[in-house]
Amino acid sequence: MTRWNAIWLAVAAALLIAVPAIIGNDFYVNMASQVLIYALFALSINMMLGFGGMVSLGHAAYLGLCGYACILLTINGFDQLTAAILALAFSTAMAGLFGMLSLRAPGLGFIMITLALGQIVWGIAYRANTLTGGDNGLRLPARPVPFGIDLSSAPRFYYFALIVVALALFFIWRFSRSPFGASLKGARDQPRRMSMLGHNVWLIRWLTFVMAGFWGSVASLLFVYYNLFLSPHALGLQQSAEILLMAILGGASSLAGPIVGAAIITLVKNVISTYVERWNTLLGMVFVVVIIFMPYGLVPGCQTLWRKITTPKSTPGNIA
Amino acid sequence: MSINRRTIIKGALAAGVASQALRIPAAAAQAGPIRVGFLTVKTGPLASGGLQMEQGVTLFFKERGNKLGDRAVELHTADTGGNPAQARTKTQELVERLNVHCLIGPLAAFEALAIDDYVRSSQTPILTVAGAEDMTQRKANPWLVRPSCTSAQTSHPLGDYAAKELKAKRVAVIGDDFAFGHECVAGFQRVFEESGGKVVQKLFTPLNAPDYGTYISQLKPNLDAVFTAHAGSNGFKFIKQLREYGNKTQVLGGFTPVDESLLQQMGDDALGAITGNWYSAQLEFPGNKKFVEGIQRDFKVDPGVYAAETYVACEMLEQAVKDAGGKVEDKAVFMKALLNAKAPNTIRGPMRFDELGNSVGNAYIRKVEKKGGKYVNSVVKTYPDVGQFWTYGKDEFLKNPVYSRDFPLSKNLEN
Amino acid sequence: MQWQFWIIQTLNSVAFGGLLFLLSSGFSLIFGLMRIPNLAHGAFFMLGAYFGYSLLARGGNFGLVARAAGLGVGLLGIALERLVLRQISGNEQGQVLVTLGVSFIIADICLLAWTGDPMPLPAPLELRRPLFIAGYAFPTYRLVVLAIALVAAVGLYFLMERTRIGAMIRAGVDDMEMARGVGIPVSRLFTLVFLLGSALAGIGGVLGGPILNAYPGLDADMLPLALIVVILGGAGSLLGAFVGSFAVGFLYNFGIALVPDLAYFVLFLPMVLVLVFLPQGLFGRVQL
Repeated sequence: MTRWNAIWLAVAAALLIAVPAIIGNDFYVNMASQVLIYALFALSINMMLGFGGMVSLGHAAYLGLCGYACILLTINGFDQLTAAILALAFSTAMAGLFGMLSLRAPGLGFIMITLALGQIVWGIAYRANTLTGGDNGLRLPARPVPFGIDLSSAPRFYYFALIVVALALFFIWRFSRSPFGASLKGARDQPRRMSMLGHNVWLIRWLTFVMAGFWGSVASLLFVYYNLFLSPHALGLQQSAEILLMAILGGASSLAGPIVGAAIITLVKNVISTYVERWNTLLGMVFVVVIIFMPYGLVPGCQTLWRKITTPKSTPGNIA
Repeated sequence: MSINRRTIIKGALAAGVASQALRIPAAAAQAGPIRVGFLTVKTGPLASGGLQMEQGVTLFFKERGNKLGDRAVELHTADTGGNPAQARTKTQELVERLNVHCLIGPLAAFEALAIDDYVRSSQTPILTVAGAEDMTQRKANPWLVRPSCTSAQTSHPLGDYAAKELKAKRVAVIGDDFAFGHECVAGFQRVFEESGGKVVQKLFTPLNAPDYGTYISQLKPNLDAVFTAHAGSNGFKFIKQLREYGNKTQVLGGFTPVDESLLQQMGDDALGAITGNWYSAQLEFPGNKKFVEGIQRDFKVDPGVYAAETYVACEMLEQAVKDAGGKVEDKAVFMKALLNAKAPNTIRGPMRFDELGNSVGNAYIRKVEKKGGKYVNSVVKTYPDVGQFWTYGKDEFLKNPVYSRDFPLSKNLEN
Repeated sequence: MQWQFWIIQTLNSVAFGGLLFLLSSGFSLIFGLMRIPNLAHGAFFMLGAYFGYSLLARGGNFGLVARAAGLGVGLLGIALERLVLRQISGNEQGQVLVTLGVSFIIADICLLAWTGDPMPLPAPLELRRPLFIAGYAFPTYRLVVLAIALVAAVGLYFLMERTRIGAMIRAGVDDMEMARGVGIPVSRLFTLVFLLGSALAGIGGVLGGPILNAYPGLDADMLPLALIVVILGGAGSLLGAFVGSFAVGFLYNFGIALVPDLAYFVLFLPMVLVLVFLPQGLFGRVQL
């Protein structure tokens, strides 16, 4: 398994680095950048979902909190790096507050508080139009220039996003492997036992919530840098649901799942929609069909399938 | 601070000419078809307007045999889903993958604003139909023209009409709580109050408000009229619920509420409503009669403002292509032709652009009547040569902040 | 503030509350018994409204149309339960994904079938004339919807408290394993509850149609309302859905009438407060 994993990883890395050279056209390079951004959103929500069993329907709130903060700070004269750091700090602090509120209720209650908080952020973005421009949105004047490198071209932005997402992926991978990640899974499956063993289940969940908020905010920064524009539409319930669906579709229990889910949904919305007018129906059918045949998402489903094909001795005829 | 569009254009022209000369050999330029990118909304809650926009474009190119001037046309339609990020991606696809020469659309202001910087940096001429005022005012984009109108453009003459001809004194205004609603209301309020009327009540309803009962119950009893700036299904819902509550106040409106595409469904509820618009399906121009027949024949509906605006956009595009001698590859020449295009016989009457790219043409005051068993928007008054600045003049107009919830100030509210 | 204001807004509140009860009681039933957050519930409501439009346009009697549309949506609900949700019982994430997927499909197909234009459902002719109360007009039809909602509430109460089926459902809500253990046909019960819950949404759509119209986006406008009602009242309890509906009706109407600037928060802020301080809602039977 580890040998396979290493090979897969190397192949994936090589492919990702070569993307701009392989596909050439700026449009598709930009498409790849968007997939990366949404993959980071999905990965961040999956820290709660996959390891903690916490279903959030308010993740797009970080787009509002971090995105508007970053744009407003930039417009008001802060340099891009300071603006980004302050926006991240603000957004992560808000994640701390949201976590304290949301974790009061389990299950559906948790979903609903996150939804309500997301809607409140959306409402503020919509209503405070002197600050946020309301429905008309706000523009970020330009992409940042880290270390003097201009990111305005499509391939450069792609590599920028790739580096950020790779870093995030590394941290999230370490997180999932760490004792902390293990205790989070424990808190998901056996909350009572974990408490009795002396773990502070609430604290474990809260810290996870905050970390998810932090990486969601990083993704929000990328989103704003890519689009150079933010309006309330980007932080509505629709967007929160989409991010959640990406993680579930790909498979919340795996690390690759959210990335695959993000790629599928982003491509259906932006590329397939050019050729299939009823792309919303197609997307809905993909959700239904995938869940019927692979109840825990595409990546775990395919892994199971792969294992069954490669080890023919185990109970045959169980695949379909 | 005033913005001189011409200087921006000149700069852009110089840059465009230089880069163009390097890239495309003159001989090859005329070879292929003209590629037109069309951004619209075909799915999701905004699809109603987007599908009608598509009807206008489809009919136009069908009538012209897929040609602009003597060059063939390749039309690429993209569905933005009414989502700014998706609108941006689709615009990039049209420009970078399909190499379109110009864009028509998108529907909503927030979509147009989301692609504004991209349109500038890629130097793609765009004929937009979105209403946001500043796109042709304080933040004018040198590559953009607007053949429809700004949010407030036809509210101005309606304010004039309400005060002077209807002799209305006390009016309540109510609209969707977003920039379009604010701007549409503000234009009406400014002219109406300057002509002696009073806006005594101002309400804005959230876009996703499920029900207007609460708001309608708050309307004052002794009003001369209520002005609505609701768009799409919201305008429909508002007028219907107003009548449901037994409220028979005269309805006034911007160019969205009693659109021809909804009128038959609204039935008697809409009767008597008076709105300001740059179009009516009742206009007697020969071009318009043909247009209305065409839409009715091909799509079994009456054309409203959404179908008309893309059709007008195509008419202006056609004029510009002719004026530029078919040279759409030369972006600077083509953009200049577009800005200077004058079409005497569009479906909305004579039409041109002002120096910031916004439409100048007739504005019509229309009243919903029943003619031959059908509900129609009869034209009761025509204001000729109406632009976005009404009678204020560009410089004076642009000195003020953009229309909003708070400008112009409401001095006559009663509570 | 005049006293008429309070009367009219109170009527607005209870009438809207009645409509919300029709919308959310089905959601609450399904969630209470089966722990399935049916996020297609808003789409079912919208589909009911569209069915109602088409049937009324063909000259159907309003009462019959409401029942037929309810049955149609109810059958669709059964199909969703039997063919899809049954395969993934207990998989909460899967249920979220599938029900949202189904709502995408329904919304897109409605767009195809009924175009994007808003479609008005005409109220019965005799109910279109407004009622005059203290010199102020109030739509008669809305009061009739309120009356129907009250009748439905009483009917559901009897079903739940006085019949064998109701007893079985309550047993299932309180302890599924125990119910299974004492031989309650849980599988058939699930199907029945899904039929009932979806049909209520469909009927709600027809009854709400003359007020709200059928239009794309109706689903997304209504679903959060159903969720708020269930959260405020508590899931799985009829009384909770009932009280929650009227609480939301009052909050919404008086909130935006008295403090217009809070229109966007008037429902979500109380929801957060209730969840933070009363995680089971006001009358919850079920751990959320």
